[in-house]
Amino acid sequence: MKRHLPRLARIAGHAGLRALPTAIGIVILGFFLLQQAPGDAVDVLSGESGGLSTEAAAALRHHAGLDQPVLSQLAAYLTGLAHGDLGWSARFNVPVTSLILQRLPGSLLLSGTALVVSVLAGAALGALMAAREGSWADRGLSVAALLFYSLPSFWISLMLIVVFSIHLGWLPSGGSQTIGGPEGGLAGLLDHARYMVLPVTSLSLFYIAIYARLVRVAMIEARAQDYVRTARAKGLSESRILIRHILRNALLPLTTVAGMHLGGMLGGGVVVETVYGWPGLGRLAYESVIGRDFRVLLGILLLSSLLVIVANALVDILQGLLDPRVGVSHAA
Amino acid sequence: MSHPALSIPAFAVPHAITPLLEVQDLQVHFGSKPAVRGISFTVHEGETLALVGESGSGKSMTALSVMGLLPDGGRASGTIRFAGRDTSTLSPAARRALRGGEIGMIFQEPMTSLNPVMTIGAQIVEALRQHQPLSRTAAKARALELIDLVRIPDPKRRFQDYPHQLSGGMRQRVMIAMAVACGPRLLIADEPTTALDVTIQAQVLELLDRLRRDLSMAVLLITHDLGVVGQWADRVAVMYAGRKVEEGDPSALFALPLHPYTQGLLRASPRLDDAQHYTQGPLTEIPGSIASAAGQDGCAFAPRCPQAVAACRAAVPSLRILESGRKVACPLAHQD
Repeated sequence: MKRHLPRLARIAGHAGLRALPTAIGIVILGFFLLQQAPGDAVDVLSGESGGLSTEAAAALRHHAGLDQPVLSQLAAYLTGLAHGDLGWSARFNVPVTSLILQRLPGSLLLSGTALVVSVLAGAALGALMAAREGSWADRGLSVAALLFYSLPSFWISLMLIVVFSIHLGWLPSGGSQTIGGPEGGLAGLLDHARYMVLPVTSLSLFYIAIYARLVRVAMIEARAQDYVRTARAKGLSESRILIRHILRNALLPLTTVAGMHLGGMLGGGVVVETVYGWPGLGRLAYESVIGRDFRVLLGILLLSSLLVIVANALVDILQGLLDPRVGVSHAA
Repeated sequence: MSHPALSIPAFAVPHAITPLLEVQDLQVHFGSKPAVRGISFTVHEGETLALVGESGSGKSMTALSVMGLLPDGGRASGTIRFAGRDTSTLSPAARRALRGGEIGMIFQEPMTSLNPVMTIGAQIVEALRQHQPLSRTAAKARALELIDLVRIPDPKRRFQDYPHQLSGGMRQRVMIAMAVACGPRLLIADEPTTALDVTIQAQVLELLDRLRRDLSMAVLLITHDLGVVGQWADRVAVMYAGRKVEEGDPSALFALPLHPYTQGLLRASPRLDDAQHYTQGPLTEIPGSIASAAGQDGCAFAPRCPQAVAACRAAVPSLRILESGRKVACPLAHQD
């Protein structure tokens, strides 16, 4: 472990150096892109309230800084960012930071759980398919994986609601906890978990399908390697060969792909969070687009890009830990 | 240290006549395609038998059958006896005890035969602890001795290294250390030096030869390199298209090859002492390819044989034992 530290530190250093320019680029690009959208928050507010007077609208725009030239708006935004200020929501009239922090835990919980579930289920199913390569179980699971890979998540979400909430009545169709239900403790946790089953399933199925196929191929490839034959020649038991020699190597590609998907899951949460009314960032982003609340949207954009950068750095470090060959080529 | 350094287990030899390894009429098929078509040979305690032949002659499949490690789709028939026991009657657990315990094996590809994500120390320790009740510390100490035994400098540092940090020759030494870790009675070396530089080849072969004396192992050496055979083997068996065509003492066999295939093989190998050195003229070759043996009735070498007669294509020539002890599967061969 000690011998790994310099290499891992180097990997983390590389990731950190890349992070800052990436984040700034994303913010500036996002800022100009959002400026291209027709209308602003005041237009939407005006439409919702049945019409504002020109003076009132101008006052609102002035209050939110929307009447400034684009470049000075950007300069003001970047200055704020440098001080850790994400700006002010024109729609809700609260700081963007507090809006996001309120929704972040819900999103992280949902996507984090979905990631863990899909990695575990995907690896298990992939290993099973590889072990029974060519059998009916393998073929059936392959077809199922293809199906869940191609079905859109909103459709899966709706069908799960139809089956499990409406027909069977087993699980709630939306929300994150029973109103007036148990708070805290084990009962509160279980109540929360019941509300998570369907959203997590909807979000996971797509990724389970990808991971199962990935692990299946990786296992079939890994077990044909020469070092597996060496392990057999040592007289190791099949289970030891599977765990120590095949799985460890076969799961390397899974860590790469799953790490990259963490960002995608946060973003892909938009559909699932909207269908299930889950209080997360995805739904906040959706509401901000509808309300033309660009400061909030920019904040979410910045936060998710940071999360993706952090996730990628973690993947790099994890890979460095799992595979001693990673990060060696940079060594002088 | 509580245990003696790499002591050789004292084996009681039950019957001096019983060979250590006895292979009888071994056949290996992949689907309907034969890879080995009935080969028999024996290896005695402490002896080095070289199995020689070109690619596709079935020598590697023979070695893998002895280990019970045929690739998927391969079926073996015939009997393989190790120390008097028929290996096909052994339980899976007993077969595993044999592999890596009493029979060690090293492979042709040192670059890919080690697990890239495990330290070489861990891989040697794994082999040790599979067959011997050693504590972690004892196993590590023993692994360090083994690394030293195969002449890798600085064992303590190398123990922590991953395969990619080692050269091909070093990796093959690690493979050898793993194969001899549990003091096997038989070491199967499947083209152990083919993938290595010429200078490293000699070192590795020398190491193998020293180890087999020090650890009193028998060695089944699979190779296509006749130079290797002449120098290191006690006995040589030449294989062609899944059958043994000639067997005998290496120096006698090289001096007077009797089977037309062995003659062709020797003519095709450049030798420094040869009057017809390859710088002065083209190398001799055996016309045709081993693929012509497929579906062939009679002698598999007949399509390429300059001396073939009609009888050669009618029936597979049986292996005759000549007065000198030489075995040859050619009706035309005779010792003058």
